Amino acid sequence: MESTYVQEFKVIGGDFLRAGQVSTRIKSILKDIGINHSIVRRISICAYEAEMNVVMYAQRGKILFSMNPRKTHITVEDEGPGIEDIELAMREGYSTATSEMQEMGFGAGMGLPNIKKNADTFHISSVVGKGTKLQIGVMI
Amino acid sequence: MTLKQVTEILECTVLSGNDDLQMEVNTGCSSDLMSDVLAFSKPQCLLLTGLSNSQSVLTADVADVKAIIYVRGKRPDERTLELAKSKNIPILATQYVMFEACGKLYQAGLRGIGKIL
Ligand SMILES: Nc1ncnc2c1ncn2[C@@H]1O[C@H](COP(=O)(O)OP(=O)(O)OP(=O)(O)O)[C@@H](O)[C@H]1O
Ligand SMILES: [Mg+2]
Repeated sequence: MESTYVQEFKVIGGDFLRAGQVSTRIKSILKDIGINHSIVRRISICAYEAEMNVVMYAQRGKILFSMNPRKTHITVEDEGPGIEDIELAMREGYSTATSEMQEMGFGAGMGLPNIKKNADTFHISSVVGKGTKLQIGVMI
Repeated sequence: MTLKQVTEILECTVLSGNDDLQMEVNTGCSSDLMSDVLAFSKPQCLLLTGLSNSQSVLTADVADVKAIIYVRGKRPDERTLELAKSKNIPILATQYVMFEACGKLYQAGLRGIGKIL
């Protein structure tokens, strides 16, 4: 069996003061073990966009980060409103961000498309009224 | 061009990274929307933005942005500045608005990523 590194992080909805910290943590872990820069960048972008969506739209969530010598995997699961029309949400430019979120620099409607573009494997599922789950894989 | 040249062209105040002014930057990226930066910036670029909160620094870190210039007189708070220092991201500030700041740097030879295909 290949050794696998696993770590779980909690994300709190609406906590903009700490928003993004999990992703920068994951980034520094990957940097410290010497993973190629452009791969670290892709994983970090995926983690950051997913983390910010939990902070902006959900009540709470958790990020499970795992990695083995061949790939990294990030599962982001939240308890929140869920997404009614996933196809629409995946469209570049589609956003329901409030004006407050826009003032903080969000709401381009690029987050989910960015994740898809940077991931090698990507899966999104959601149940309205319950929450959303993203599964993101990047090969090392 | 170096950050020092950028500082001269835009009459910047150096808020952090005084020791890094010899750093070279070859491409620029400007936006107030952080996902646009994550989608359309090149690694090692210079980021011009009017968004001076901690998210601008975290976005810069995630996207491997080399240095940040806050335009139109925007200033980060102390906490954001400390965050930038801990990530080794130099922070400059200019009174020029975004249009002039980008125009002046472009005129001096800095380039962007061109068209989105
Ligand atoms: N975890 C989530 N829970 C509920 N709704 C979500 C979630 N993630 C995304 N959405 C919905 O999908 C839309 C598109 O998300 P996406 O991340 O692509 O863009 P954005 O967050 O609006 O803007 P950006 O990411 O560019 O700052 C959001 O505006 C929101 O309506
Ligand atoms: Mg988003």
